[in-house]
Amino acid sequence: MAQTKFIKKESLSAWLEELGQDHEVLAPRFEGDSIIFRPYDSEKGFFIDREATAPPKKAIFPQSETLLEYSQIKDMENLSKIAMDVKETIPTTSYVVFGNRPCDARGFTMFDRVYLNGEKVDVYYKARRENTYFITLSCEKGEATCFCNAVGSGPSDPSGSDLLMTPVKDGYYIESVSKRGEELLKSSLLTDGSKMKAEADKYKKAANASMNKAPDFTGSPEKLLAVFDNGAFWEEMSDKCISCGACTYLCPTCYCFNITDEANGLKGTRIRSWDNCMSAQFTSEASGHNPRPAKANRLKNRVGHKFSYYPDLHGGVISCCGCGRCIKSCPVGVDIRQIVLSAIAYKPATKKEA
Amino acid sequence: MNSNPYLPAMATIQEVIEETPTIKTFRVTLNNPNLKKDFTFGPGQVGQLSAFGIGEATFVINSSPTRMDYLQFSVMKTGEVTSMLHTLSAGDQIGVRAPLGNAFPYEDMKGKDIVFVGGGIGMAPLRTLLLFMLDNRKDYGKITLLYGARSPVDMAFSYELPEWLERDDLDTHLTIDAPFEGWEHNVGLIPNVLLDINPSPKNCVAITCGPPIMIKFTVQALAKLGFEDEQIYTTLEKRMKCGIGICGRCNIGTSYVCQDGPVYTYAQLKKLPNEM
Repeated sequence: MAQTKFIKKESLSAWLEELGQDHEVLAPRFEGDSIIFRPYDSEKGFFIDREATAPPKKAIFPQSETLLEYSQIKDMENLSKIAMDVKETIPTTSYVVFGNRPCDARGFTMFDRVYLNGEKVDVYYKARRENTYFITLSCEKGEATCFCNAVGSGPSDPSGSDLLMTPVKDGYYIESVSKRGEELLKSSLLTDGSKMKAEADKYKKAANASMNKAPDFTGSPEKLLAVFDNGAFWEEMSDKCISCGACTYLCPTCYCFNITDEANGLKGTRIRSWDNCMSAQFTSEASGHNPRPAKANRLKNRVGHKFSYYPDLHGGVISCCGCGRCIKSCPVGVDIRQIVLSAIAYKPATKKEA
Repeated sequence: MNSNPYLPAMATIQEVIEETPTIKTFRVTLNNPNLKKDFTFGPGQVGQLSAFGIGEATFVINSSPTRMDYLQFSVMKTGEVTSMLHTLSAGDQIGVRAPLGNAFPYEDMKGKDIVFVGGGIGMAPLRTLLLFMLDNRKDYGKITLLYGARSPVDMAFSYELPEWLERDDLDTHLTIDAPFEGWEHNVGLIPNVLLDINPSPKNCVAITCGPPIMIKFTVQALAKLGFEDEQIYTTLEKRMKCGIGICGRCNIGTSYVCQDGPVYTYAQLKKLPNEM
């Protein structure tokens, strides 16, 4: 049975202070015109009144993280002999992500199938995942770019979260979603919330009703493959794209990465960094051959991965959480919904009968 | 090999062989005696070699699991990692993440005739299976090897070729693209020489690896000889980083070359999206 609690709006800061004693708390706040997840600072506060500009990927999948540290050890008796010491650097920081939206937390469930449930477990991801808690805030209403309702989610979807907060009069109704989420509910700032359940349910229902009609992505895996070799289709879809990669960096479900070394004298680190499948170099091979030489090839792969390959491999689940950031922040207005819908609606021109 | 799939095992380079002006072969042994004892792989599987300070790149283990004195990797100098690897010499330390990917289905090939068609550095993945089959010779039928390179100096494993040419149980054909003084073997492009050799497709599998353009025309030649798509195997080269099907670089549709490959039948490749 899920625990239900209530917290007064004015007690949130104090609760974050308390949580900050055992965890690093990430909360969204304004930086310039953007709302970004940053380590919580009581003086700078937080801003949770609308979706953050960028998702809180940092907690589990940092933009750059050290995988290994190596050092060369010279044998002073024989200077040509150098031993190499290599150490793994498994992360130990425990994060609490506060004020993320349901799409942000659900995004990591897309990672989980790949990073945790594949043939090999990604031990760095696993350590961060197990050490990160999500206190998710239900959305009041969908924005024009939101389409979580089209990818199996919704404005109060608890998937991937540990706690779900829903606004009620003077504060928030908090439900534990995961067993470990209950660990975060021990504060004396929280009181019994059972009486607020009806009000929270009403809020969630209204939020669901406010969503735009969900685009119907039924059949996207096979329909995208059907237009795979249609160069004209992908040229048209990628016509505006400038290969900037903003869509991938802002996406809660994009998980591609690069591995590089940084040397510093006899020591160095092996680093994992976000990579971007919209970049021309992403698949460029040493021979000079590039399987995805044009932006049309790359956009096709990005959309194909989310709406065709991933669903094929993972029981039909679309690898998109519908947060809409790729649409909202695209400098040239590429809309992934429209690309998928165009592929679904595409009918090859029929040959005129002679 | 390790519970952390990104942590390379340290190995010591035993020997470096200069194969051609651009290819060096590294014979390495794992430093940890327990890892060394337990290490197994199938012919065709690959490994990531670490050039510490630069990064990693993927190479096939081109020695045979029947000869475990060392693991052998052949490296063509083409970029930053391979250039750094080319500076290493015997006694140097190197990181190895292996084995990765799949192997040739050598069990299913038992009792069949085998045709190997290798071009340039594409001979490396064939070498591992060829040696394995030669070490289990009675399990396989007639074995034909066609190996081609641009010129004799571009031919890797040249120190093994005399033995291969002499063996009665191996039908070896060598070819180069253009005439070369002192060359006593075939001159001509691999697919044309293959047509001249004219192997029978009956109860036979063909295994080819080389530059993409060579593979393309070799597959066409094999089809002309009557080989079905299921009888043709190749190994794919892709840019890879993680080597465990996560980082998203080497996929062709739903197939991750680093994990589901690098060995595919031509029939399997035809089912994948056209994005080689």
